[in-house]
Amino acid sequence: MTEKWTTIIKPQTGLFEINFKELFRYRDLWQLFVKRDIVTQYKQTILGPLWFFINPIITTIMYMVVFGGIAKIPTDGLPQPLFYLSGICIWNYFQTCILKTSSTFRDNEGIFGKVYFPRLVMPLSTVTSSLYVFGIQLLLFAVVYIYYVITGLHIAPNIYILLLPVLVLMVAGLSLGFGIITSSLTTKYRDLSLLFTFIVQLWMYATPIIYPMSMMSANKQMIAALNPLSPVVEAFRYALLGTGTFNWWYLGYSFAFMCVVLGVGMVIFNKVQRSFMDTV
Amino acid sequence: MSNIAIQFENISKQYRLGLVSTKTLSHDLNRWWQTAILKREDPYLKIGETNDRSVAGNSEYVWALRDINFDVNQGDVLGIIGKNGAGKSTLLKILSRVTTPTTGIIRARGKIASLLEVGTGFHPELTGRENIYMNGAIMGMTKSEITRKLDEIVEFAGVARYIDTPTKRYSSGMTVRLGFAIAAHLDPEILVVDEVLAVGDAEFQKKAVGKMQEVSRGEGRTVLFVSHQLNSVRALCNKCILMDNGCIADAGDTETIVSKYLNQYNDDSMRSIWINPCNEFYSQYFTPAKMYVIDKKSLLPTTELNNNDAFGVCIEGKVEAKHHGFNVGFAVYSSSGELIFWSLNTDSLPHKFIDVQMGQNKIVMWMQPHYLNEGKYRVELITSIHNNEWLCKPETKSPSIFFNINGGLSDSPFWQEHRPGIMAPINEFEILNI
Repeated sequence: MTEKWTTIIKPQTGLFEINFKELFRYRDLWQLFVKRDIVTQYKQTILGPLWFFINPIITTIMYMVVFGGIAKIPTDGLPQPLFYLSGICIWNYFQTCILKTSSTFRDNEGIFGKVYFPRLVMPLSTVTSSLYVFGIQLLLFAVVYIYYVITGLHIAPNIYILLLPVLVLMVAGLSLGFGIITSSLTTKYRDLSLLFTFIVQLWMYATPIIYPMSMMSANKQMIAALNPLSPVVEAFRYALLGTGTFNWWYLGYSFAFMCVVLGVGMVIFNKVQRSFMDTV
Repeated sequence: MSNIAIQFENISKQYRLGLVSTKTLSHDLNRWWQTAILKREDPYLKIGETNDRSVAGNSEYVWALRDINFDVNQGDVLGIIGKNGAGKSTLLKILSRVTTPTTGIIRARGKIASLLEVGTGFHPELTGRENIYMNGAIMGMTKSEITRKLDEIVEFAGVARYIDTPTKRYSSGMTVRLGFAIAAHLDPEILVVDEVLAVGDAEFQKKAVGKMQEVSRGEGRTVLFVSHQLNSVRALCNKCILMDNGCIADAGDTETIVSKYLNQYNDDSMRSIWINPCNEFYSQYFTPAKMYVIDKKSLLPTTELNNNDAFGVCIEGKVEAKHHGFNVGFAVYSSSGELIFWSLNTDSLPHKFIDVQMGQNKIVMWMQPHYLNEGKYRVELITSIHNNEWLCKPETKSPSIFFNINGGLSDSPFWQEHRPGIMAPINEFEILNI
């Protein structure tokens, strides 16, 4: 045969045959999904994107009352709104991504059942479009930040602010990795997805969102840093507010962790995507 | 130099029926243990039944497709027809890569675009224009390709006025037109279409069929088309495949296949011939191949019978091993489903039993004239090993065919019209001395 076959459809592919070239070819689709997610979220609402402010504001007030006021958990010497808001921004982004990507297969059953495109485009665009909400909430944080700077609080971002994109990338990578693993594992057996929502809820308390890591002893800090999200949150606070614990080792561990989760996630997802329609 | 566009090789697809439960988990674990650890074959691939949805089967696994082998030449417009559940859509789904085959391989040249549904991914809140981009990208077009074709698409769909209105304000017909317009401008080398022409008004359907003809004839693309609308199939396709129970029952030029389909499969309750493309009811003692009614005088297959004629029910089949207890026979039912009789080859004295031969056999049960009344009857195959095992058990969707008896009730001028009753024998009357 002189001509080559361009498409070959067969039952099983190797574990690591992820078609990145194809994924790249569908970059326009990824872009369009991101746009769709953003545009449709506040269509036919009056406040529009303002809604993205309301959630963190109310959450911050709640935390100030419950954890700051009643439980009297210290905030590393920072004003409570600033401390909580910094944590909430990151946590909200992480939570949105992980929950949305973990139901990729189930939510998109309709489209996936009719057309083929690299399924990974879907969770990737979810993570990207959630970045937009994260950006808006970061803006809110900036406003509060500037307010405190004007009223005379001595805070200033340091050189580590350059790490910010990396930190955001790590949050995205971690949530994407965990999300697609869960999504792949729950196509057949839904037990895990019930457990997962619960786990994510508890996860927040294992992450220094409402408390600073500095209130723990060094040993306990080591244990707390096993949660790959903790060093990221601490580094974020350290870069912007100058408080908290910053440790290259912990951060490196988080980064490695993210790479592993993401890699494993891609492999599993790639395997499941081919035949999940039969079991979902 | 070959110009095969798509090549199907041993494509099979197995589905598991029933609910996902702990039993599924145990099967999965067993499968993993057998294949990954012991390096054996998948134990659940061997079992499974032909997918006949109307019969309650014994196995939890069914084959939606079984050993599909065929080639499609470049530029062919191939129609795929068959009953509901024959496996047509599953085949297209595999070709569209929505799901994977259980075994086998498909090779294709060129980009495949599939239209299993029009307007996939349309978001009601987005405008027509945005949705064109969205849907086009899902189908695999790049942004610049879509931009180039935007005007053409809008014109074809006839929605120029609404192009910047959210599609939720569209009428359902407009949405469908827009969806089809995008698909029609995809420019793939291979287009896979599933029943989408069934939507839209008559004018649009005409337009759509015209566009598909243009695509295939003018531009030499390959089209695979599934439809129940035989008129569209006739208008579009130059070749056809007839599917039945997950197998290819026949393939050839459109007219032949379509008329065959109409004769045999279109109305299941009028089937006058039963054939066995998938080797169902396999048994080494007797595997039926073909069942039909023949006329006693001409020995030719027939469907319309006269009550004057003697006719027979004929079964062809293959014997690979002989068994002394082998029974073959038929059950005859009235049109209301009532059993009239069973009749077996072993009903007579043992020395008169017919003796099946190794290899192909053709067995006939002769029916007397003036026996059954006018009407429609169903005759079902019975085969068994006497007192031991059913091969084809009656009332369990065993092979069956229908035949009609019309006219020829008697030679009497008093009895020319239809009479009530299942039987219509002409009995002898005599006056006896008192």
